[in-house]
Amino acid sequence: MTLDSLPVGLSARIIAVDWAQLADEEAQRLRALGLDVGAKVEVAHRGVFAGRDPLAISVGRMTVALRRVHARAMQVETTQIAAKQVEVAGA
Amino acid sequence: MTMRRSAALVGNPNAGKSALFNALTGARQKIANYPGVTVERKGGRLLLPNGEPVELTDLPGSYSLHTTSPDEEVTRRVILGELPGEPAPQVLVIVLDASNLEQHLVFAQEVIALGRPCVVALNMVDLAERDGLTIDPLALEAALGVKVVPTVAVRRRGLTELIEAIAEAETTSTRAAITHERAQPGSVNDFTERRLTAHVIAESAIISESARHRLHSQLDRLLLHPWLGPVVLFALLFVVFQAVFSGAQPFADALQAGVGVITDFVRHHLPPSLARNLLTDGILGGVGSVVVFLPQIIILFFFILALEASGYMARAAFLMDRMMAYVGLSGRSFIPLLSSFACAIPGIMATRSITDPKDRLTTILIAPLMTCSARLPVYAVIIAAFIPNRNLGWHIGLQGLVLFVLYVAGIVGAMAVAVVLRGTLTKGAASGFIMEMPKYQLPRVKDMAIGLMQRAWIFLHRAGTIIFTVTVVLWLLLNFPRAQPGQDQIDASVAGHLANGLAVVIKPIGFNRDIALSLIPAMAAREVSVSTLATTYAVASAGDEVQTSHRLADQLKTHWTLPTALAFLAWFVFAPQCMSTIAVTRRETNGWKWPAFMLLYLFVLAYIAAGITYWSAIALGL
Repeated sequence: MTLDSLPVGLSARIIAVDWAQLADEEAQRLRALGLDVGAKVEVAHRGVFAGRDPLAISVGRMTVALRRVHARAMQVETTQIAAKQVEVAGA
Repeated sequence: MTMRRSAALVGNPNAGKSALFNALTGARQKIANYPGVTVERKGGRLLLPNGEPVELTDLPGSYSLHTTSPDEEVTRRVILGELPGEPAPQVLVIVLDASNLEQHLVFAQEVIALGRPCVVALNMVDLAERDGLTIDPLALEAALGVKVVPTVAVRRRGLTELIEAIAEAETTSTRAAITHERAQPGSVNDFTERRLTAHVIAESAIISESARHRLHSQLDRLLLHPWLGPVVLFALLFVVFQAVFSGAQPFADALQAGVGVITDFVRHHLPPSLARNLLTDGILGGVGSVVVFLPQIIILFFFILALEASGYMARAAFLMDRMMAYVGLSGRSFIPLLSSFACAIPGIMATRSITDPKDRLTTILIAPLMTCSARLPVYAVIIAAFIPNRNLGWHIGLQGLVLFVLYVAGIVGAMAVAVVLRGTLTKGAASGFIMEMPKYQLPRVKDMAIGLMQRAWIFLHRAGTIIFTVTVVLWLLLNFPRAQPGQDQIDASVAGHLANGLAVVIKPIGFNRDIALSLIPAMAAREVSVSTLATTYAVASAGDEVQTSHRLADQLKTHWTLPTALAFLAWFVFAPQCMSTIAVTRRETNGWKWPAFMLLYLFVLAYIAAGITYWSAIALGL
């Protein structure tokens, strides 16, 4: 699953980032803000208009705004507790 | 020769650097630009315990020495001493947000690794405590190998200790525990390593950590709500504009009365002469009629500074990003464009934080369409003269509503121009939008006061220099050569002849010759048109003391029709009449091509808009 499809409020961990999809400066800025492999993230809010773009991501003690195109480059894995909630919700 | 002692504040954006800078230096600050670039340089002076002064600079917030914006580039070059005319600061004061320690430690390590004298200000420890974080400064000090001082800038906590640490830092050599190879700053492996080290250091320094403070997320839940968020944003903007218009009135009236008193004083104590005329009609009339708008400018800047300091500005950018994306821009452009409501010059300069060059150019080109404070004097006079002060209910005044419509017209125009530009001249890939959303904070009275003082001074300086000069020159143009007996003074003057030519061009859009006359000097700055009109009508009625004392609004009502007044308002929504904006655009775009384009397209738009307004108003029988 990529970060842009992570439901709001679920905790997840970034397991891979396809930096090639992003412009150099964007990649650098994302890394500087702590959005990198291993980071624990959560989609806190989504935008108002078409496609609910942009996204507000909780990472560490920060909230970082980014667009769906950036989130799409990040593979995430929901953390265990969250994964169970998904199962319960799905059942 | 004694070398001046110097220090600089460095750190991530939102570390509370500005508040710390204000607390350390007080109100005596010098704001200028770094040589050769247009990044703001904030300098001030702090006193060491022994009374020795230290030149302190507040460097632009940075995430890394591997830079992604011109602001960060300045920080890097100043720290490394690579900026000509700007010697490297002797002590680097690294400002960390204690409530976001791990993130801020990444850049801190990079700076410490340079091996320069460093002090760490562990700032906003009160916020960290509120968030349930307890940090051991000694553990942090041991891990980083530099002196760590806990501070709360806004409460002046830890400042004495910090100043002592700055004094000592120069005499003691750094014993950096983190002995990175002095590799290329920001190389990928370095970066990952620093991130991991930051995690380890933060873990060891944080004694206890309870649940995250809920206030911010609750505020965000409301302010970033898909539907309530934008409603709150627009309600807020509407309140701002109503406040700017009605809240400033008593103060403006008082200032106007003050100018009136001085004018009367001069008139009674000097014998009638051309010189007295110059003083009363030229200087006092001209500068006075612009200075009275200071209250409105202060109120507007009050809101902009408060929105910025509270952290709401970034939320506004978030809410507006998708809208901006429709016209090919990003939420990042929202802040420069919002600043342009105060003045296009700081707005255009704020575009430096936009990383994409085409995005940035588009934002620069549309920034003058945002209704800047210099238009307020023009709008205010015309609205006061021609729009009845009617209450439409719910405290919405008709005058305020018209002002709101003018602002909206500028925004809509800007958006339309952006779409066209992004499809033609500044065509390119859509830009990204990545930004940190700072924690909510209550704006501090002192920081706001300092910010307001600086803005007010910039405005008064402009009024005192450019506008003063233009007013005097214009008075000369209007009064020379002197009219023959029986001839009208304006018709005989140099300005009258110039205006005659221009009047032919602007007659089709309903403008009379007085307007033509006011548009010539208004090239310097829009608000000059008001003082010019004041001067023009004062001159026209010279000799008749009763009429001279008439307020400008009454004068306008007798000389203009309503369609003309409305067309004049529409003209100023678009007209690029501000030399400073053109000059800044030239500097920011590095050449005359884009400012020339800006001038041309804005004048064409202004002409069309004024024409449409005039003829529509006529057709509607207004």
